[in-house]
Amino acid sequence: MLVRQMFITSIILGGFAIIGSGMVALTYSSTEERIELAQREALLRSLHELITPEKSDNDLYHDVIEVTDKALLGSDNPVQIYRARKHNKPVAALLTPTAPNGYGGAIKLLVAIHYDGTLAGVRVLQHHETPGLGDDIEVERSDWILSFNNHSLNSLTPSQWKVKKDGGTFDQFTGATITPRAIVQAVHRSLNYFQQHRNTVFDTPSLPREVEHHE
Amino acid sequence: MSNPSYQDIAQQGLWQNNVAFVQLLGLCPLLAVSNNTINGLGLGMATLLVLVCSNVTVSLIRHWVRPEVRVPVFVMVIASFVTAIDLLMNAFMHDLHKILGIFIPLIVTNCAIIARAEAFASKNSPSYALWDGLMMGLGFMAVLVVLGAMRELLGQGTLFSQAHLMFGTGAEWLTLTLFDDYQGFLLAILPPGAFIGLGLLIAVKNWLDQRQQQPSRSPQAAAQQANA
Repeated sequence: MLVRQMFITSIILGGFAIIGSGMVALTYSSTEERIELAQREALLRSLHELITPEKSDNDLYHDVIEVTDKALLGSDNPVQIYRARKHNKPVAALLTPTAPNGYGGAIKLLVAIHYDGTLAGVRVLQHHETPGLGDDIEVERSDWILSFNNHSLNSLTPSQWKVKKDGGTFDQFTGATITPRAIVQAVHRSLNYFQQHRNTVFDTPSLPREVEHHE
Repeated sequence: MSNPSYQDIAQQGLWQNNVAFVQLLGLCPLLAVSNNTINGLGLGMATLLVLVCSNVTVSLIRHWVRPEVRVPVFVMVIASFVTAIDLLMNAFMHDLHKILGIFIPLIVTNCAIIARAEAFASKNSPSYALWDGLMMGLGFMAVLVVLGAMRELLGQGTLFSQAHLMFGTGAEWLTLTLFDDYQGFLLAILPPGAFIGLGLLIAVKNWLDQRQQQPSRSPQAAAQQANA
């Protein structure tokens, strides 16, 4: 009798598990494409903000490689580098390094570097900095992040690649030095990476895009 | 609650037994996400949808589920709906989904939802359960939106900023900047602001309730109320 009860109960439980996961599977398969599209659109929007669509004519989203360089790109995980080209000539590389030492943990950046080594621009993709203090790194909140534009390893000496408080060129925020310092350092390291690896960055064939690499 | 009326259920959900004000459930997402109006609205809508779906489903299956396994079954129902809604939001409100992040999947752990399944939906017919889910969800959403609006207004001097994340690019006009050049009251946006804000809102609710309960005690107050 007890065994029978247990049997029925487990059938019921199993039945609901099947129905529930069936529903999830159905939603997953019907939204999969739309989600990928949305992710691609969101990424392309931020890429195109730095390298405007008319500057390149290649498929930015697919022209991507992954590299791992903890020292210069700030992450143990592979870092994506998108390549912008026009008439098959390299225009710029868009790196996605991490500034590991933000006040609220890692800050994910998008750093666009022209082929000649000057910065096309920097944007913050993801951060956990203090609202109202550290989040002035967002382009929607202040122009600070634009102060990187057109700088390069040649335009400033290594000791100038610092916030003003440390004797460099870049402003810090009132009450928040750690955040800007982390970003200045990360951008500087990205430029160094680009200088050392420029040819490899543009010559390595793209990744196949079957496997998605999103965090 | 053998024979609840729709009006009773509405009153319970929206005011007397409000999830956030009275039951004090689901506070983790409530406090974390209510730093602006649109975030509050987004999470509120997702929670409302989950609550309605789970209430109706639980009510429909209430005769088949044995009492010994009802909790795992409810959890499974809720988790399935949450995952589905998470996927849908990711597909159709991608940017908002990125902001709300972990708090969408965490709706599964919002005690308010399993509490309604256990205390109400499993004992009532689907139409009552639907209404209850709707009212409880609306009550929760209202608190999220009001708290979000309060914090956003104090912290940033705006209302409905980032409305385009929810309603598409045509909705930027919804954003109201009430004070230009406002320096911002940082505390309101930081977590302590959420606790203080919620505390104040609960205090206001209790004050309103008390005033309503004892108008007859002081004739003066009654007269004043009549005048008003």
